[in-house]
Amino acid sequence: MRSPSLEEGPPVTAVLTREEGLHYYRTMQTIRRMELKSDQLYKQKIIRGFCHLYDGQEACCVGLEAAIKPTDHLITAYRAHGYAYTRGTSVREILAELTGRKGGCAKGKGGSMHMYAQNFYGGNGIVGAQVPLGAGIALACKYFGKDEICLTLYGDGAANQGQIFETYNMAALWKLPCIFICENNRYGMGTSVERAAASTDYYKRGDYIPGIRVDGMDILCVREATKFAAEHCRSGKGPMLMELQTYRYHGHSMSDPGIRYSKKDCVNLLYWLIYIQGLLSG
Amino acid sequence: MLASGPGPLRAGVWGRLVPWAAGPRRHAAHFTFQPDAESSAHGQTQKMNLFQSITSALDNTLSRDPTAVIFGEDVAFGGVFRCTVGLRDKYGKDRVFNTPLCEQGIVGFGIGVAVAGATAIAEIQFADYIFPAFDQIVNEAAKYRYRSGDLFNCGSLTIRAPWGCVGHGALYHSQSPEAFFAHCPGIKVVIPRSPLQAKGLLLSCIEDKNPCIFFEPKILYRAAVEQVPVEPYYIPLSQAEVLQEGSDVTLVAWGTQVHVIREVATMAQEKLGVSCEVIDLKTILPWDTEAVCKSVVKTGRLLISHEAPLTGGFASEISSTVQEECFLNLEAPISRVCGYDTPFPHIFEPFYIPDKWKCYDALRKMINY
Repeated sequence: MRSPSLEEGPPVTAVLTREEGLHYYRTMQTIRRMELKSDQLYKQKIIRGFCHLYDGQEACCVGLEAAIKPTDHLITAYRAHGYAYTRGTSVREILAELTGRKGGCAKGKGGSMHMYAQNFYGGNGIVGAQVPLGAGIALACKYFGKDEICLTLYGDGAANQGQIFETYNMAALWKLPCIFICENNRYGMGTSVERAAASTDYYKRGDYIPGIRVDGMDILCVREATKFAAEHCRSGKGPMLMELQTYRYHGHSMSDPGIRYSKKDCVNLLYWLIYIQGLLSG
Repeated sequence: MLASGPGPLRAGVWGRLVPWAAGPRRHAAHFTFQPDAESSAHGQTQKMNLFQSITSALDNTLSRDPTAVIFGEDVAFGGVFRCTVGLRDKYGKDRVFNTPLCEQGIVGFGIGVAVAGATAIAEIQFADYIFPAFDQIVNEAAKYRYRSGDLFNCGSLTIRAPWGCVGHGALYHSQSPEAFFAHCPGIKVVIPRSPLQAKGLLLSCIEDKNPCIFFEPKILYRAAVEQVPVEPYYIPLSQAEVLQEGSDVTLVAWGTQVHVIREVATMAQEKLGVSCEVIDLKTILPWDTEAVCKSVVKTGRLLISHEAPLTGGFASEISSTVQEECFLNLEAPISRVCGYDTPFPHIFEPFYIPDKWKCYDALRKMINY
């Protein structure tokens, strides 16, 4: 689905090689296992503080990473473990950070919400605050002229923050190479999107910024849409907005007992895709 | 598998045995809550913890004031700290309602509600999130009456927010931002130490004809339990309370830290034979200069303690005023035992907070000055 300001959308078909398929699968499974383990460790009080788990949304981070280069930039909010991994932090460093040890990627000082890596600007606790930052990074990309872009992520809850709209305006005005990505997992903490937003068409919220709505549970959709958006930004046409419709299996954080049921599992989806296509070795 | 329980060796996360002190020390609280004595001065009382005393105050308000409304993120189901449980069912969704995730909008909206004449009680989910609303509070709420020559005011606005360290909050769930607002004439800032204080002070804030910010120590929500009157009662703002009289040192704090300094006073008496006067400041702005100065004139020594960072913390304001008013009475430099000038840490919280040992140490230095 795309907003009227886009003349054509991303392709509806994709090519997946065996190597890619297995790599994506392995990455998504690793993240899934890591998040489930973190859940366990939290309940054992080995991880303390706040812990916002990403399981269910793996196709988003893996799909995004598949479409961009390591020299591109990414910033997101606090549900960041998946991105810390795809942007190059090891599982060991992530778990060490979660448990507050100095081997962690932020020396144990940041915890769950504040993980950083090369070209990955976190890991941000205050809802929506990372979005203007993302536009700033995009400005630097444009200024340095190295054909880099910035992916600026936020959630459906953050979409109602004033600073998001301020950022849209600046990015469009100055044609910044910024892809705004709304990870819409239908719930801002415990509040469903219908109760929080006058318009749940998050991909249209950018108004004059062209937007597309993407099935965030299908990794190939995410990848192709991101490639399209990245091309748009790199060609100097200005920012784009992507809404990834996805789902988280845990509550907002480990303090939220919310149990959600989803029929779609992005990891399973990929598994069956590569199985059916005969890409798994005999 | 992980072994559990105390003992010299314990299986660490990676499955290898690592030396571990007996029991997980960092789970122990840094204070012991000291309830006030039960009193029947305001009628029948009920056992309540801090969040229940807040609910009681809000319940009283909604029942007596037909214009009162409560709004904020997630308040409808009862709030993330259960302060508004049952209120929506009792008073209706027109009076207790959720807002989207927009602090600036919440406070701006609250100012509008108050200016129009209704009683607005806005909840900011954590004091750490109040900063998007800072402009609205400082530039709009605080100045409305003054700039309109008293034609308009938003005095019926009260902003409530959970405040202070909680053991595991880290950077964005532990802050004590009272000092930022102390610098703003036109608002009042109030911080209770207990359920009994909270209900009386909150009701006073709601009644007060100025916009008020009411910070609730989140670590006390469940930990503090007292007998609290069911009917409304009012504790006056801008009046500090002397909890314990003494002759040698004045200790001043607010919120959770009051319980820490009470313990320090006991330690000082037992170990050093030093008699401490313990003051709960309660209202940060406008603060009770008279009570503190009167005490320092008597004792000659002052120690102020708060979790917020040292530089620019409210202790610096108290210190400055006291040295102006009581210079010749001072026997030692005024001591401030506060958080370090860093963001509130994740894993280092036990080292960061001004615990009783740091306070005791500072007190000893003052006595020996």
